Amino acid sequence: MASNKKYWKSVEELNENSSIVDKLRNNEFVEEIPTEEFLGDKNTLSSSSTTRRDFLKYVGFSTAAASLAACEGPLKKSIPYVLQPEEIIPGVADYYATTIADGFDFTNILIKSREGRPIKVVNNNEEGAITGANARVHASVLSLYDSLRLKQPKIEGKAASWSDVDSKIKASLEAAKTAGSKVVVLTNTMASPSTNKLMSELQAAYPTVQHVVYDAVSSDAALDAYQQAYGERALADYDFGKADVIVSLGADFLGDWQGGGYDAAYAKGRVPKNGKMSKHIQFETNMSLAGANADKRIPMTVADQKLALVKLYSLITGSSVSVAATAADAEVVKAAQQLKAAGSAGVLVTGIDDVNAQLLVFAINQALGSAAFNPAQPKYVRGGNNKEVTQLVKDMNAGLVHTLIMSGVNPAYTLSNSAAFLEGLKKVKLSATYTLREDETAAATTIAASTTHYLESWGDVQMKKGHYSVTQPTIRPLFNSKQLQEGMLSWLGKTESYYDYLKAVGTGIASGTTWNKLVHNGFYTYEAAGNATATADFGTAASQLAAAKKGTGFELVLYTKTGMGDGQQANNPWLQEFPDPITRASWDNYATVSSADAKELGLENWFVANGGMNGRYISIKLGDKVLENVPVVVQPGQAKGTIGLALGYGRKAGMKEEMQVGVNAYTLYNNFNNTQNVTIEKTAGEHEFACVQLQKTLMGRGDILKDTSLKTFNDKEPKVWNIKPHVSLDHQAVLASTVDIWQSFDRSIGHHFNLSIDLNSCTGCGACVIACHAENNVPVVGKTEVRKSRDMHWLRIDRYYSSEDTFQEDVETKMAASGLMGSIETFKGLENPADNPQVAFQPVMCQHCNHAPCETVCPVAATSHGRQGQNQMAYNRCVGTRYCANNCPYKVRRFNWFLYAQNAEFDYNMNDDLGRMVLNPDVNVRSRGVMEKCSMCIQMTQATILNAKSEGRVVKPNEFETACSAACSSGAMTFGDVNDKESEVAKLAEDDRMYHLLEHIGTQPNVFYHVKVRNS
Amino acid sequence: MKKVGNHNSFSRIFFLCLAFMLTFSTLSFAQDAAKGKELFNSNCAACHKLDGTSTGPALRGVAERHSADWLHKWIKNSSGLIKSGDAAAVKVFNEWKQVPMNSFPNLTDEDIDNIIAYTSEVKAEPKPGAGGAGAAQGAATDNGVSNMVILGALAVVLAMLVIMLLLVKKVLSKVVEKNGLTINEQKSLPIWKAFVKNQFAVIVSVITLILVGSYFAFGFMMQIGVDKGYEPIQPIHFSHKIHVGENGIDCKYCHSAARTSKTSGIPSLNVCMNCHKNINEFTGHPDSTYVDYSREYYTAEIQKIYDAVGWDPIAQEYTGEEKPVKWVRIHNLPDFVYFNHSQHVSIAGLECQTCHGPVEEMEVMRQHSPLTMGWCIDCHRETDVKINDNAYYAKIHEELSKKYGVEKLTAAQMGGTECGKCHY
Repeated sequence: MASNKKYWKSVEELNENSSIVDKLRNNEFVEEIPTEEFLGDKNTLSSSSTTRRDFLKYVGFSTAAASLAACEGPLKKSIPYVLQPEEIIPGVADYYATTIADGFDFTNILIKSREGRPIKVVNNNEEGAITGANARVHASVLSLYDSLRLKQPKIEGKAASWSDVDSKIKASLEAAKTAGSKVVVLTNTMASPSTNKLMSELQAAYPTVQHVVYDAVSSDAALDAYQQAYGERALADYDFGKADVIVSLGADFLGDWQGGGYDAAYAKGRVPKNGKMSKHIQFETNMSLAGANADKRIPMTVADQKLALVKLYSLITGSSVSVAATAADAEVVKAAQQLKAAGSAGVLVTGIDDVNAQLLVFAINQALGSAAFNPAQPKYVRGGNNKEVTQLVKDMNAGLVHTLIMSGVNPAYTLSNSAAFLEGLKKVKLSATYTLREDETAAATTIAASTTHYLESWGDVQMKKGHYSVTQPTIRPLFNSKQLQEGMLSWLGKTESYYDYLKAVGTGIASGTTWNKLVHNGFYTYEAAGNATATADFGTAASQLAAAKKGTGFELVLYTKTGMGDGQQANNPWLQEFPDPITRASWDNYATVSSADAKELGLENWFVANGGMNGRYISIKLGDKVLENVPVVVQPGQAKGTIGLALGYGRKAGMKEEMQVGVNAYTLYNNFNNTQNVTIEKTAGEHEFACVQLQKTLMGRGDILKDTSLKTFNDKEPKVWNIKPHVSLDHQAVLASTVDIWQSFDRSIGHHFNLSIDLNSCTGCGACVIACHAENNVPVVGKTEVRKSRDMHWLRIDRYYSSEDTFQEDVETKMAASGLMGSIETFKGLENPADNPQVAFQPVMCQHCNHAPCETVCPVAATSHGRQGQNQMAYNRCVGTRYCANNCPYKVRRFNWFLYAQNAEFDYNMNDDLGRMVLNPDVNVRSRGVMEKCSMCIQMTQATILNAKSEGRVVKPNEFETACSAACSSGAMTFGDVNDKESEVAKLAEDDRMYHLLEHIGTQPNVFYHVKVRNS
Repeated sequence: MKKVGNHNSFSRIFFLCLAFMLTFSTLSFAQDAAKGKELFNSNCAACHKLDGTSTGPALRGVAERHSADWLHKWIKNSSGLIKSGDAAAVKVFNEWKQVPMNSFPNLTDEDIDNIIAYTSEVKAEPKPGAGGAGAAQGAATDNGVSNMVILGALAVVLAMLVIMLLLVKKVLSKVVEKNGLTINEQKSLPIWKAFVKNQFAVIVSVITLILVGSYFAFGFMMQIGVDKGYEPIQPIHFSHKIHVGENGIDCKYCHSAARTSKTSGIPSLNVCMNCHKNINEFTGHPDSTYVDYSREYYTAEIQKIYDAVGWDPIAQEYTGEEKPVKWVRIHNLPDFVYFNHSQHVSIAGLECQTCHGPVEEMEVMRQHSPLTMGWCIDCHRETDVKINDNAYYAKIHEELSKKYGVEKLTAAQMGGTECGKCHY
């Protein structure tokens, strides 16, 4: 059917007399094409030297030339040293002992260095070392290669020379001296004897100099309490390995509480030995790592914790302090009884930011005679003085501070009253900051001095009494940078280097050893008697604490995440992508809200079609401050009426755009108190989380994560609490391990590697995840990709909540389900975690099945089995069908959806020359379209074998290590050769608690777990 | 007077040196320059050269600068002479950066005279036109000519045969013509038409063609990316032939990392300078078989080391201006292959030549082996594990060889062909 419709090109066509329409109708092009001009001119045409044939020839030639040139292989240059340093053999790794002391993390470590580049942090397992590097310490090596580091000193934003910087500061010091006005050196906790000496020399030369120590996340209350009780500004030390009963009131001692580093000793006491293990009771608001590991966890607001502490104090010491009752008084009384019964084997700690609370801890532990409590050898890893910092900001605003020199701090970001600080900074005549990056503070100071990373610096630190450590550089400064101490020496007019200065101080302290030995070991221990008796007015403290006023509204408890800490490494992509052990969310901080409060406020988390988790926003109001757009995670175990929020996020200055995530919780950190009373309000919008684990519960599948009570473990046969799966063979139930549809390979000859994971000692800290990242060149994929479940972690730590009060009850509920509708209802219910669930961590990596389902489905035989038990992945052979990942029952295979190295779309460390320096040269960087997974660190096992061969000896028992097992300071992961009967792992494989993941499917994994036993 | 030992060189040296000896010294006539050369090389050459400075001054004509008596004292105990305050000795000491010269009390007076005699020889002028390169080229042309002659002769013979056949045919056809006979040529199908008609033959040959074609295509494809024979031009012409072949330097002297590391290591320039601090010119005999280029060419290449390492050969000191040498890498394994030299060199005890070929004959280094996976695997399948005295292998070798029922295990039987051993 013909249409009568007419289509108009423009309004002009409606005008019948339009000349333009007429003109256009006859002309295809609006403008004249100058063909005539060219073709019509015979002269030009004939004189043109390029004929049509020539033109084609040129085109043909250039195409051919281009394709020929493309055929030629690239020319690879090899540039040897001109003068090779004696200690470096290209291709062989060196290890150097050093110490990280960045104001937040303090640990003795070893640095693995290849061709002069530090590439990995390794635990320093020398006897006496303060060891136990956490995820942040393991990731710190990448922060060295941060491309956004400040590369040279700047004065007022313009590049300057060091001599200008030093002369400017010196002139200002002189001016302050003559004027008699105040000079403040504001640093993080350095605990450095040489720096302290240098500081006193500076104070002698410039009497108005004041040294103020500032911790972004403060332990001021504990420091004050220790000073009152023992007469020194320090923190009491604890050895949780010596405790049978551990009671914690809001102290996340497996996290960053008072400097952290307690997991190794704690985990030692958690493994049942001779029917005994420690009992851990935790009263807390947020679900912390310590709470997740506790045998008994009682959600409790901080206000109630204070009362509970007073109650515990009165019950244990017998002093009568009247105190209001809490909802969980029965539990408090029970805890007090258990502590009392344990006597010297009991210990109590608290994380309440209150001097009185901290004092009561001393009183209680002293009354118990606690062996785990060690006040005589205190720790110096926190030294921040809040009164002085507060006074400093006041003085600055009053115009009393002439010169302000900062190092390792970023108060413009971390102070809750940063606006006042910045205002005061304008009144300071000269301000300078020694900083790694152009952070918020550097942007506001006159001088931004590029300081050295700890891996480029000399230094010393006294982490505790009788323990002296040295930091040695493992690489020359990458940029034009100097450390504060060098500056101080130059202001003092000294010509000696800081190294010489440090050496003089160090040899003085470490008098029983040589300097070389000290630097070689990284630390030195010596006898130093300290004050062990607390003297303070505990009674008053108790009554003051009992009278503490309860705030109104929600109780906000600020905490630090294992991954981010105080936020100084926020530009580190490994740490951003590190999933939080509890919420399993990466690339974010968020308010954790209890499910009851969430229901009341209409807050929720839900999953969207692409597998991502979404959530609501709230605004948090504290006085006149409002923190907008805080995403919410509904957190099982969160105490009702409280919310948790992690510090260290929301940084903007000197950061890559992808890393500028989260909200800055420091703005709510009023008076350096981690507990604030706030009001919250639901706001509009949806937040997209990058959460790597959406299934929160085990659905009663007790065979995945076996869990039992100490009583059952002690009283019953192993077959009761470690049920071996049975399958049907010829209509008979037989043990699954006896049935085999595969031909078995005899693995009794040579090495046979096994990895043992003890679920009792795994605290979920995640150091292994980052160590694996560093060792195996695991790429960072970014928030949007993680959200699509495309994270590349070779090793994940699954976290499960119980749906009933315990995992045991989950199993019973599942078993009790009957009928179709009943089962559906039951399973639906099992998906939701309890309000105060039991928590369990389970590290899962490739299980290296002897009968691997992935191997049989690979069409190109890219994955195959080695005789030593490793499931091997030949990347060059892989064509990316992903059958293997589909067929893997453990879901441990990772696919490279994109090229993550040298790709601007993934602008993380592998996209710049500097960031790539951290790559391990012994491990291949995988390309797009290739499947990858845990290799059981075959490069490390092969290197161990090669070492033994070249030394002409057998491999020593326990010599084999993987990156994760070496990083595990709690001893949860043990790796080795099960054919070597002397090795630890061979003994663990024979243990009654041993089980395999999904044993009934007959994959015969080379990774095995140990049943989690709870002392409940 | 002693008997002259070296007859060959005597006649040559005799005339050259005659005038010199007559003019300057009657003593030296009595000395044996050849013996002196020997002594010079073993005692003095580490620090002195005849011409040109080294750690110490050039020694040619030293007898002109100092009296024989003084030289005797100096050589036997130089520091003593300096201490005694001898003006000339102190001057020399100060001139040469106050580096004391070793004393040689074991040298007899006669020995010292011999050395002086050797240093007093007049420098021999290089023979014109006897450059190394020329000689080598000459040899090559000689060979070429002889081949050409043989080929030419063969061609002539063949041409004669063809002509003879043509002549015979012509004669025969003339005979036929004369006798009035006709040649009865049978009419048959041309061969290609017969072929086209035979379908079986067509199919068979097409299949054969396809098979042969794919065989060669496969062969062609498989050599893509295989750089066997890769022989790039290097920034410094380093002759392995001279260093390894002629001078017999052990591979692992320079490539020392091969013993302990995964890489063999390109020697750093300080290793070159261990020898080349003293060897600043090429003095190899131009007629020798190991010389492919002229002396000047090699000497210029040595100079390149000095430029790179920042060595001033005249002032005998490092200037600190380093220019790292950008060698062209010859043996390139892909990133996904892990290869460890120390495993093969130190533990398996393989000769470097097993993989790198006759390096000692290579004027320019080239890739000898294909470095393909097949090549690696072949060797692993054939090579026995070297277990000698290595405690690591003791148990595993005994058990495994029992299992496989063999005397000696190959690398493959030890697990040397598993993917993950090289790919991670």
